Amino acid sequence: MRTARQRTTIIAAVSLAVSMAASVLLLRHIDRLRPQASIEDVLYINSPKMIKRASLGFDGLMACIYWTRTVQYFGHRHFDYAHSYNELAPLLEITTTLDPHLLPAYQFGASFLAPRPPGGAGQPERAIRLMEYGIQNNPDNWQLYYNLGFVYYTELKDYRKAAEVFERGSNVPNAHPFMKILAAQMAMHAGDFTTARMLWSATYETARESTIRQNAVEHLRAVQVDEDVTHLEALVTEFAQRNGRAPTSMTELVAAAHLKGIPVDPDGDAYKITSDGRVLVETPDDFPFITKGLPPGYKPGPPKFHSHS
Amino acid sequence: MSPRIAYIAANTFREAVRDRVLYNLIAFTLLLSGAAIFVGQISIDIERLVVINLGLTAVSLFGVVIAIFIGIGLVSKEIEKRTLYTVLSRPVRRWEFIVGKFFGLAGTLVVNTFFMAIGVFGALLYVTHKFSKPDALILVALYFIILEFLVICSLALLFSSFSSPLLSAVFAFSLFVIGSFADDLRGFAGMAHGITRWVATGAAYLVPNFSALNVISAVAHQQPMSSQLILQNTLYALFYSAMALSGAVLIFERRNLK
Repeated sequence: MRTARQRTTIIAAVSLAVSMAASVLLLRHIDRLRPQASIEDVLYINSPKMIKRASLGFDGLMACIYWTRTVQYFGHRHFDYAHSYNELAPLLEITTTLDPHLLPAYQFGASFLAPRPPGGAGQPERAIRLMEYGIQNNPDNWQLYYNLGFVYYTELKDYRKAAEVFERGSNVPNAHPFMKILAAQMAMHAGDFTTARMLWSATYETARESTIRQNAVEHLRAVQVDEDVTHLEALVTEFAQRNGRAPTSMTELVAAAHLKGIPVDPDGDAYKITSDGRVLVETPDDFPFITKGLPPGYKPGPPKFHSHS
Repeated sequence: MSPRIAYIAANTFREAVRDRVLYNLIAFTLLLSGAAIFVGQISIDIERLVVINLGLTAVSLFGVVIAIFIGIGLVSKEIEKRTLYTVLSRPVRRWEFIVGKFFGLAGTLVVNTFFMAIGVFGALLYVTHKFSKPDALILVALYFIILEFLVICSLALLFSSFSSPLLSAVFAFSLFVIGSFADDLRGFAGMAHGITRWVATGAAYLVPNFSALNVISAVAHQQPMSSQLILQNTLYALFYSAMALSGAVLIFERRNLK
């Protein structure tokens, strides 16, 4: 026979479990009813100074929280192939006002802001403002100059400004020696594949974060494809000039140009030639950053990174 | 320190332990170890910063809450339970009672901070796999946090010596918030004119300046701390605590306990 106390304990325990399960289920239903109420698009307080004051001096921790929120916001939007990142710049502004020395917020923040959607927010001007604020607060950090020069080079194709920034960065004490080389290379051969390869190799070698290194690998693969396609298209043009028509297949071009074999992309897939002499890659989705070798009207998805390096 | 003060301090410490104050260490450990693992997965490149910022902020906030909520009851609870009369009927002076209570509470917080510091360094080791020389700066931040506790303990005791526990908590917590804005208050004073400037400047110097004692963010970024800052912050906290304790003694000496 159970005592009254034991019965009460059992009933209370069952009631607790049932109520908890019911409230969780209900909340899930409520969330489905109002999907637009997602927290990611809401900035309750958007004044960085106000948040800094409200943090009662614990602004370092608040900056970490806001940086994590920024990463989550960007990650979710990126995953959803979003084309607008309205809260990204304000989140980064709040983060860096709370902690002006939080270097990852500048370095990664610029790479979130600058690239065109869906790869990024497509706001290179905001990225430049963010990096200039970072340099103002951390003038002895050469990597910030490197990241800023990178935005000018990759997104705005403003090679003069990029060279200027690399030059400024090369004068910072303990700056990496390649900053001087980059400044010179940028001034003389900005559009070269060699310059692009040098920049992405430098990124790969200096980055600690695996996602950044993977991103650099993807860009190096893209540079390789762009260079191959440019070279092959030049051979096609030469062939057309000589024969009065474009080659009908890659085998014909290989034979005419005395190539060692069918040229392949970094994944080992053969390049293709269309009837009008255009050179294409086999699987464009595997090379998210290429600018050449794409079929007409191709729309890229968000970049996906390969595990190899 | 007289043996009577030491005895009251030891009893205050024992009472705090009996009140399960040190249980907050469990919450602290869970918070820190959880954050160390979780943040590494959802953020980028700030694992070390999070452990230091979160760890030291938690040490500070947990300690402030303990200092306020125990400090405000140190005198009033003794009066309410009538144990104060037993103590004062022995050869114990009222000022010795106040000073003993202060050292007891401060001791509790130092022990609490010691265990939390072990937690912070443990989490840091988990995240970074090895200690580096600048990690020693965390000790400076912890020392400043203890200085902050001394100031808050003395203020809680001051309010406890003449007010009810609820009002003492409100006063002490308000002063903690105002003290965190002390630099802003001084900035406002600089912008004002005439009598407002004098009043605002006076208020800015009267409230405790907790922002000077908060070096958490600087330590997280491995910025060096000058020995002058350490010395002057130490003297500031000691003088400020002495001021608040003197006020508490003055009030308590004149208080009618009948």
